[in-house]
Amino acid sequence: MRGIAAMTRNPLIVALFLTLAIAGCANKKTPNNAADLGLAGGAATPGSAKDFTVNVGDRIFFDTDSSVIRADAQGILTRQAQWLNQYRQYAIVIEGHADERGTREYNIALGARRAAATRDFLAARGVNASRMKTISYGKERPVAVCDDISCWSQNRRAVTTLSGAGS
Amino acid sequence: MKRFFQAMLTAAALTLGVNAVAVLPAHALVEIDVNKGNIEPLPIAVTDFLSSDALGAEITGVIAADLQRSGLFAPIDKGAFIEKISNPDAAPRFEDWKVINAQALVTGRVTQEADGRLRAEFRLWDTFAGEQLLGEQFFANKANARRIAHIIADAIYERLTGEKGYFDTRIVYIDESGPKNQRVKRLAIMDQDGANVRYLSNGKAIVLTPRFSPTRQEITYMSYEGGEPRVYLLQIETGQRELVGNFPGMTFAPRFSPDGQKVIMSLLREDGNSNIFAMDLRSRTTTRLTNSNSIDTSPSYSPDGSRVVFTSDRGGQPQIYVMGADGSGQTRISFGGGSYSTPVWSPRGDLIAFTKQTGGEFQIGVMRIDGSGERILSTGFQQEGPTWAPNGRYIMFFREAAGSGGPKLYSIDLTGRNEQPVPTQNYGSDPAWSPLLE
Repeated sequence: MRGIAAMTRNPLIVALFLTLAIAGCANKKTPNNAADLGLAGGAATPGSAKDFTVNVGDRIFFDTDSSVIRADAQGILTRQAQWLNQYRQYAIVIEGHADERGTREYNIALGARRAAATRDFLAARGVNASRMKTISYGKERPVAVCDDISCWSQNRRAVTTLSGAGS
Repeated sequence: MKRFFQAMLTAAALTLGVNAVAVLPAHALVEIDVNKGNIEPLPIAVTDFLSSDALGAEITGVIAADLQRSGLFAPIDKGAFIEKISNPDAAPRFEDWKVINAQALVTGRVTQEADGRLRAEFRLWDTFAGEQLLGEQFFANKANARRIAHIIADAIYERLTGEKGYFDTRIVYIDESGPKNQRVKRLAIMDQDGANVRYLSNGKAIVLTPRFSPTRQEITYMSYEGGEPRVYLLQIETGQRELVGNFPGMTFAPRFSPDGQKVIMSLLREDGNSNIFAMDLRSRTTTRLTNSNSIDTSPSYSPDGSRVVFTSDRGGQPQIYVMGADGSGQTRISFGGGSYSTPVWSPRGDLIAFTKQTGGEFQIGVMRIDGSGERILSTGFQQEGPTWAPNGRYIMFFREAAGSGGPKLYSIDLTGRNEQPVPTQNYGSDPAWSPLLE
């Protein structure tokens, strides 16, 4: 599919696609995808960056001071790998982040370790390592800003970001 | 630093012809024993330096504020003064100062030389012994009036405590502005009392952990410019920047060696762990110091350069380790329960300052270099990043109180009783104290 414009000629296909997209969202009740983080703005074209973020889930979360890929994250990363293996036009940057409950330099290292663990998991499921780069932001880029565990648990994350689309 | 300031400042001893001598009396009554456990601040009268404008009072205000913040001195309110100093070349009426319990007295004068430079003279008096303890004069550009004040405060501190001062120093730190999830971070430098703030980066890239060179007007820091987080060198006066080394991965947590010739830092490995390397800035050769499957970071040299203290989580959580400067004999020294990080070796060589996390709180503390004698100086919701004043008596760090929105800078002395906020225009973090300026 090239995009919404190509599909609108057939109302039936549009209706079918929307139904699937909504069902897909409804099935994901964990906080581990961007739809639940308020990033969703409706249906996304399969193969688009939005499709990846909304329907696959671009981020996983970690336990305190840990870079172990949790069981709930393994499902997301497995879906990420399937999607990335289907849409090979994207280069991938994996961002590793830490919550604020650690000191600055250690958290930079911790974020790097989380990014590497995520990269290695994807590589083990067939994503070509040469497509993937990692970067650590330590605790410099929180997404949730409050002073308790509800925010810290959202900030301990690795985010798989896409670049080089359409190339 | 020497090269930059040499031309600006000259000092000379002042002697008084009348009835006092500038020779340091061995029997002076007024002295502070800084090694006593509970220090009673010394009452001192700092009189406005005679001057034709407001500069005299301005300079003495800076001196009194420095002395007050040290916790070792209690400047007396000017309203209590009896004698009005009209001739700073003559001995004061000691009785007038003893009556208000001023154990030490500072007098002085500021004048302008024919070439436009300022001339500041001051004398320090022991009122109970009835003698002069110090008499000196300084020349400087008018723009450096505050520096003169800090230098005089250092001279007073040193004469009365017997240890080096720390007022003529600067702080490099990270200025933080904007909301927490879009924070703008800029490199900034200021005097240790918060005056003369100057920005050294434009805020477009994240900058972190600046550290002073012990020997030059230079800092090393980490920047995300160009999307690659790496360690840089920056010449403070020229703004000239340079990448430290050409490593395949991220470099971070830089610090200079005591001779200023090396930068020690962490290098990210392909497997996600981080090890410690030292890079010689002249030969550009790098030496690996650690090779563990763990996070090894925050290295800091001992003042003689023979050892390095660092953070490692090789034992399961971050703890403090010491090793030889060649990487030999890596030994854990922190065993107090909780996790420890950001170790910094004292300029005196006897203590290591650290951040400790325990019971959901962050603490700033010190321990001896074998890990014994741990003392917690400050406990808070979120605080970290100690840096030592060059005399090894004061520590600066940053703290973010719960719900406060951002971090601010604080200083604390080794007793833990004298904590002071360090004023900054915006939020501030990652402070690093300079050596004494020259």
